[in-house]
Amino acid sequence: MSSNKKYWKSVEELNENSSIVEALKQNEFVEEIPTDEFLGNKDSLRASSTTRRDFLKYVGFSTAAVSLAACEGPVIKSIPYVVQPEEIIPGVANYYATTIADGYDFASVLVKTREGRPIKIERNTLALANGGANARVNASILGLYDSLRVQNPKKEGSVISWDELDTDVINKLNSLKESGKEIVLLTQTFASPSTSRLIAEFKEQYGNVRHVVYDAVSESSTLDAYQAKYGERALPNYDFSKAETIVSIGADFLGDWQGGGFDSGYSKSRIPQNGKMSRHIQFESNMSLTGANADKRVPLTPSEQKIALAKLYSYVVGGSVTGNLPEAVEEAVKKAASQLKRAGSKGVVVTGIQDFNAQTVVLEINEYLNSKVFDKATPIKSRQGSDKAVMTLVADMKAGKVGAIIMNGVNPLYTLPNASDFAEGLKNTELSVAFSMKEDETSAEAQYIAATPHYLESWGDAEIKKGHFGLTQPTIRPLFNTRQFQETLLKWIGKDISYHDYIKDTWGTSILNGNPFNQALHDGVFVGAIATETEDTTTASNEGEAETPSGDAARALAASAKSAPLELTLYTKIGMGDGQQANNPWLQEFPDPITRTSWDNYLTISKFDADALNLENKHVSNGALNGSYANVTVNGVTLKVPVIIQPGQAKGSVGLALGYGRTSGLKDEMKTGVNAYKLYQNFDNIQDVTVELTFGEHEFACVQLQNTMVGRGDIIKETTLEIFNTEHKEHWNEKEGVSYDHNEIATTDKNADIWLGYDTSIGHHFNLSIDLNACTGCGACVIACHSENNVPVVGKEEVRKFRDMHWLRIDRYYSSNDTFKQEQEDLENLPAFEPYTRIETQSYDNPEVAFQPVMCQHCNHAPCETVCPVAATSHSRQGQNHMAYNRCVGTRYCANNCPYKVRRFNWFLYNENDEFDYYMNDDLGRMVLNPDVVVRSRGVMEKCSMCIQKTQKTILDAKRDGREVKDGEFQTACSAACNNGAMVFGDVNNKDSKIVEKVQDDRMYHLLESVGTKPNVMYQVKVKNTTES
Amino acid sequence: MRQVTHCRLNMGFLRLSLIILLAFSTSLSAQEGDPAKGKSLFNANCAACHQLDKKMTGPALRNIEERIANDAGLDREWIYAWIHNSAGVIKSGDAYANKIYNEYGQTAMTAFPQLSNKDIDDILAYTAQKKEEPAPAAAQPATTGNQNQDGFAISNDLILGALGILFLLLAIGLYMVNKTLRRFAAVKGIDLPETQRTPLWKAFAQNQFLVLVTVIFLLLSSAYFVYGYLMQIGVDQGYQPVQPIHFSHKIHAGDNAIDCKYCHSSARVSKTSGIPSLNVCMNCHKSIYEYKGETSLEYSKEFYDGEIKKLYAAAGWDDANQQYTGESTPVKWVRIHNLPDFVYFNHSQHVTVAGVECQTCHGPVQEMEIVQQFAPLTMGWCIDCHRTTNVKMKDNGYYKKIHEELSKKYGVDELTEAQMGGLECGKCHY
Repeated sequence: MSSNKKYWKSVEELNENSSIVEALKQNEFVEEIPTDEFLGNKDSLRASSTTRRDFLKYVGFSTAAVSLAACEGPVIKSIPYVVQPEEIIPGVANYYATTIADGYDFASVLVKTREGRPIKIERNTLALANGGANARVNASILGLYDSLRVQNPKKEGSVISWDELDTDVINKLNSLKESGKEIVLLTQTFASPSTSRLIAEFKEQYGNVRHVVYDAVSESSTLDAYQAKYGERALPNYDFSKAETIVSIGADFLGDWQGGGFDSGYSKSRIPQNGKMSRHIQFESNMSLTGANADKRVPLTPSEQKIALAKLYSYVVGGSVTGNLPEAVEEAVKKAASQLKRAGSKGVVVTGIQDFNAQTVVLEINEYLNSKVFDKATPIKSRQGSDKAVMTLVADMKAGKVGAIIMNGVNPLYTLPNASDFAEGLKNTELSVAFSMKEDETSAEAQYIAATPHYLESWGDAEIKKGHFGLTQPTIRPLFNTRQFQETLLKWIGKDISYHDYIKDTWGTSILNGNPFNQALHDGVFVGAIATETEDTTTASNEGEAETPSGDAARALAASAKSAPLELTLYTKIGMGDGQQANNPWLQEFPDPITRTSWDNYLTISKFDADALNLENKHVSNGALNGSYANVTVNGVTLKVPVIIQPGQAKGSVGLALGYGRTSGLKDEMKTGVNAYKLYQNFDNIQDVTVELTFGEHEFACVQLQNTMVGRGDIIKETTLEIFNTEHKEHWNEKEGVSYDHNEIATTDKNADIWLGYDTSIGHHFNLSIDLNACTGCGACVIACHSENNVPVVGKEEVRKFRDMHWLRIDRYYSSNDTFKQEQEDLENLPAFEPYTRIETQSYDNPEVAFQPVMCQHCNHAPCETVCPVAATSHSRQGQNHMAYNRCVGTRYCANNCPYKVRRFNWFLYNENDEFDYYMNDDLGRMVLNPDVVVRSRGVMEKCSMCIQKTQKTILDAKRDGREVKDGEFQTACSAACNNGAMVFGDVNNKDSKIVEKVQDDRMYHLLESVGTKPNVMYQVKVKNTTES
Repeated sequence: MRQVTHCRLNMGFLRLSLIILLAFSTSLSAQEGDPAKGKSLFNANCAACHQLDKKMTGPALRNIEERIANDAGLDREWIYAWIHNSAGVIKSGDAYANKIYNEYGQTAMTAFPQLSNKDIDDILAYTAQKKEEPAPAAAQPATTGNQNQDGFAISNDLILGALGILFLLLAIGLYMVNKTLRRFAAVKGIDLPETQRTPLWKAFAQNQFLVLVTVIFLLLSSAYFVYGYLMQIGVDQGYQPVQPIHFSHKIHAGDNAIDCKYCHSSARVSKTSGIPSLNVCMNCHKSIYEYKGETSLEYSKEFYDGEIKKLYAAAGWDDANQQYTGESTPVKWVRIHNLPDFVYFNHSQHVTVAGVECQTCHGPVQEMEIVQQFAPLTMGWCIDCHRTTNVKMKDNGYYKKIHEELSKKYGVDELTEAQMGGLECGKCHY
């Protein structure tokens, strides 16, 4: 019996007209193998000097040479200091407190140095008011060892000496002074008292000087609104730890909104204590980090956000505004308003709409609420830029009115939407000097590049918030022939004094108020008397202030809301920021917390709009993500941008990240993404836009393609505040059992165990707790882990193959329903096979989001240890799961048997390999490596060690001192980097330690508990405050 | 051993002749001071900054009285005043005093009010002695010892040779007996049976059991040697590289008994023991500019002095003018003890916490003219020690609780490092 069944190997064969099938019948490959290309040309073959015989000779020789060379051990030289500095002991780390103030990131940090070279940035716990170190700040250390830094001052591309530069510039400046032509200083925001004083002196010296402050990502309207209301050019500060109700309209305040740094306060209010936690309502268009953490998120287009804010004002303060909102949104705004009113002074409203009226409305609402969250005493000084001033400057330059332009910390040819105007203007100036660390877009066009040092090689100061000062001190001698901006200005005004002395003088006269400078330098931070003084005055004036605001701003705001078919919101990623650090491979490879995509920026679009525009995302055969390209047009400027369909993106809105698409001053590998600044017209982050499908398919490097947990409850456990308060913990923190003899038994039952236990009761036993309520997914821990553990960068192509080496990842899960519980029920009730796809697609509209940092769980009963054929991974009494790299033979059994997928395999040698031309491929970049952690080679497995080098060091320090280890001394890189207190690390055998509390907490659970691995990493159940009023 | 005693004998002679010479010269000098007493006073008070024949922190002092008298016409009274209170003399505006003061970088000489005029007379008597010409080194190569040793070796050979001859004679004897017996047989007409012998190799090849045993034996023994060869790869026990400066640990740590941790100070607090920076060397070598200890043919005084010169060149020390030139070149030492990158070893853990002697791992460094790697530095070697060595827990607050609990668990009072968890992979590999 012959059958007519047709067996087919690929979908292509089902298509009868396919030419490919026909071709494949005859040939192995569809396309001709292009052998002719290199064998066809007989002449060139003959002309080639390398014959087959030569080739064999070379092979033979090199093989012999290599094997001979291998016989001889290398001679290792050891070169001690001639005169060893007193403070340096080889092998012992020194810490220096300093401050980063690069115009975008401002934070007080500690710098760890080894043998005189900085190797890691850590948090300065003395300076929490100055904002914690985010992922970018943690990664900024790589900038010091950037091989593409400008190493000498340059004049039109050729190296000159500083003396030449000084003479040229001073002569020019003097002649301009005489001719009366304007000299312009175009700088980043310094927020530096000493620099302000210095610039004032510079103005005095040269007369016709204009100082324009330019923030690439503008906060100008907020500054204007604050200045109009409070008379000071600053940004309003908020302390979210005091908040009960937070309403945010388009403000990504856990990201880079107003310079960031609000997350630690926010996290404090998010941990349920005594049955209470804050409620956070977010109205936004892009799915931001903040929206992902909100209790309730309402997707809204930017124009609707304006109306929503105006309406919120009318509901809270009074008055009426016109404008229409969808019914559900209207309802949400009403509820938010009533909750705000109920919270009274513990309520707060913030907005990210870059609009004078919007910002004024927010200030008015907060004033009306008499919000304690709104901290008027210490406004933020880290943004000073003015859009208008920059615009005027560009126009003046174009008109040839500007004689000299001196730039520092800015890159207008990259960040200005009208960069071509600026370029033209630059040609019209008689003198252009760019102070820069890089030969970037702008400095390459300037006449002179004044090579500047990295902030780790400089002196400096910053008043990050009013009255909160930070000092910057060098942690290494300048690597190159560089001189900082302030030092140079001092030279140019003829002052023979170092900037260090200048700062000391400024601080001595106007800041320190008699306190010792060295103490401030040691701490890196100083809280001035001004902070407390102003607090007194403002609280006093508060009481008198009871006037009801007019509501003009709200009406104007509502009137200004003009909806467009598609509105674009430009945003910054927590990884890349404004793009200054685009040549930083850590940040490039850092996956965006929301899309989990690295090495790219992209247009985020809702599923609805994407379908309408025929834009699609698909998973290709190797499991990676591909996306369509779209032409994005704003006011005649068109960019070709890859598209990612973003769950939760408001319909009618799209998003695009700034900071990518750099073209100069960085390695080819880092030239990723598109430059969205071209669309940042009039410094407005909201633009009307048209989007259309175009040819091509973009290859993304996305590390997480499965977006939901498909109903598996023991990954992220989540509950609502109501249930948390009223029900017993077994209800919301259910411990799943396992089946034994057809009965369910607890995982703690001895029958549920196939492993023998370890006795961990003596000595130290380390545990790590991660509070899912406090974790905002910011990723500072990820970069800190890279820095501490020499985690290699593998590049976009490898990430696409899921060969990323991150020891610590932050999983992001969407949930289609209000709770994950519901999702699970759906799974049970829906017919087979349907639920998985349905859940994934359902999550597109407005999902709930949860973050979960996952590193090696250090199981007490570790499946990986059981399967290693060479015992390369083994258990310790201290609870850490050890990995002996030198013993590993690379079978990868362990990775396959790990239920958490936290083991990483070195597919290649990532150091000293030209194929991976990142920081580990040059001598300069390798200076950042931690000498206490081995750099892994090809073919071995690696994973989180729970920072055993750090715990061992702590133990040794205690042994040397002959004392017990105190609680809080044990830290891992991630727990030390966490600004939000989400990660607590400690010794559970120390009964007084904080970690013991965490172990006994009702919210504690283990990841995939039913597997029975008994991890030493635990999580705290996520609680959401869903109480509607 | 003999060689050494011989050397010491030589030294003895030298010293004796020196003393005799000294005695003579004393009687010759017409000073009223006592040079022998002066010498000890000089060494106790002056030698930190002065030498007889070499400019140091202060000027060379040989015949100082005579020189001062010739140069500036100053008498002994001036010298008394100067030594008792040099600052006072300078202040008084004395021309010569100020000249000296400025010449020596304006560092005033410490005042010695405790020295009496008599003491100063003694010192001056000592300085007025004639310079010793080094006695021609009685460097008779110590060959006798060597000969003896050689003789011993030869006697061994002789015995072996005698034995060999004996065996040869025996073999010849046997052959002769055999031959004679055969001849007798032939004479008596006895027919000796001609046996068809199979050759030995054939017999061996036919005996399968023997072949098997031999093959197994060969395989095992070759495996043994291959294994032995492989296991010594990367083990550099006895590694003794030539260093850019011949630094003798024997002289420093042995003869002069300098504590290891004086130079390798970071061993107390750091993971590395630290190669001393040149400023540590210069602490002593600013005043020790020549070698005065025992010498041998290979390592003569000139040789050692040359090495000190190398140090001066590297540190940028101008010995003649007693000042730093500022032109220094770091010394590129060859590292002897190399642990692979994947091993974490911390000196302070072993030196400070455990109190392990440096020599336990580094061997008798104080006897090494050229340092060599003493221990194999293999993991087995580390582990052996961790298994057998008891942890020094006494009087260390850190161990108090752990000791209590662990000794209860294992039922012992003293705990080894292995029982502390010192055999876990991750304790050293991360």
